[in-house]
Amino acid sequence: MSEKLSIVLFSGTVDKLMAASVLASGAAAMQKEVTIFATFYGLFALRKGDWKQNRRVSKDFEEYGAQFLQAMEAKKAPSWLETLQTAIDIGNVKVKACGLTMDLLSIKLEDLEPIVSEIVGVAHFIEEASDGQIIFL
Amino acid sequence: MEGIQIAKESDARGSFCPGPLMEMIRLVRSANVGDVVAVISGDEGSKKDIPAWINKAHYELVGTEEVAPGATRFLCRKNH
Repeated sequence: MSEKLSIVLFSGTVDKLMAASVLASGAAAMQKEVTIFATFYGLFALRKGDWKQNRRVSKDFEEYGAQFLQAMEAKKAPSWLETLQTAIDIGNVKVKACGLTMDLLSIKLEDLEPIVSEIVGVAHFIEEASDGQIIFL
Repeated sequence: MEGIQIAKESDARGSFCPGPLMEMIRLVRSANVGDVVAVISGDEGSKKDIPAWINKAHYELVGTEEVAPGATRFLCRKNH
């Protein structure tokens, strides 16, 4: 079985961010080497403090969005960022920023949440992910 | 699970997947080799998740028990 899990985090909606952080947690617990490649809206969502006001949900289930967010708040479920932080604390999880998105939007590494460790290009990500599973979210 | 000395215990009821597993990992990490730690989970997924992790990490699942309806207590020995 593959010992690597790579997640292309393209979406910046709370539901997909949750999915990415929960998958990363499970993989980290099961001792996989996890890389999250944050690009486009996934990178938007990682701008410092953005998680506090981010209430976006996927278009395909938009009518359930408010209900989903309310349930999370009512049941005091940890935010996706806390879940991701826990995954980093217990295992080998790296969050990397897409160089293209950074350049297009003039974002610097210091503008992002501190869990993002470095800026990389797509070729680096593909090379690193090549002998493992890749999930696109 | 009478007669087993539990070094650390955490009640993770009310915590969602993967919260209880994360709690187990934290407890085991902070325990000494030889210690038994316990986590109570109300999350159904933990029944598969926590034993799978214990097996993967080569620790010992000392036992599981229902402590209340829908609440399971997992005992893990940090044997290395």
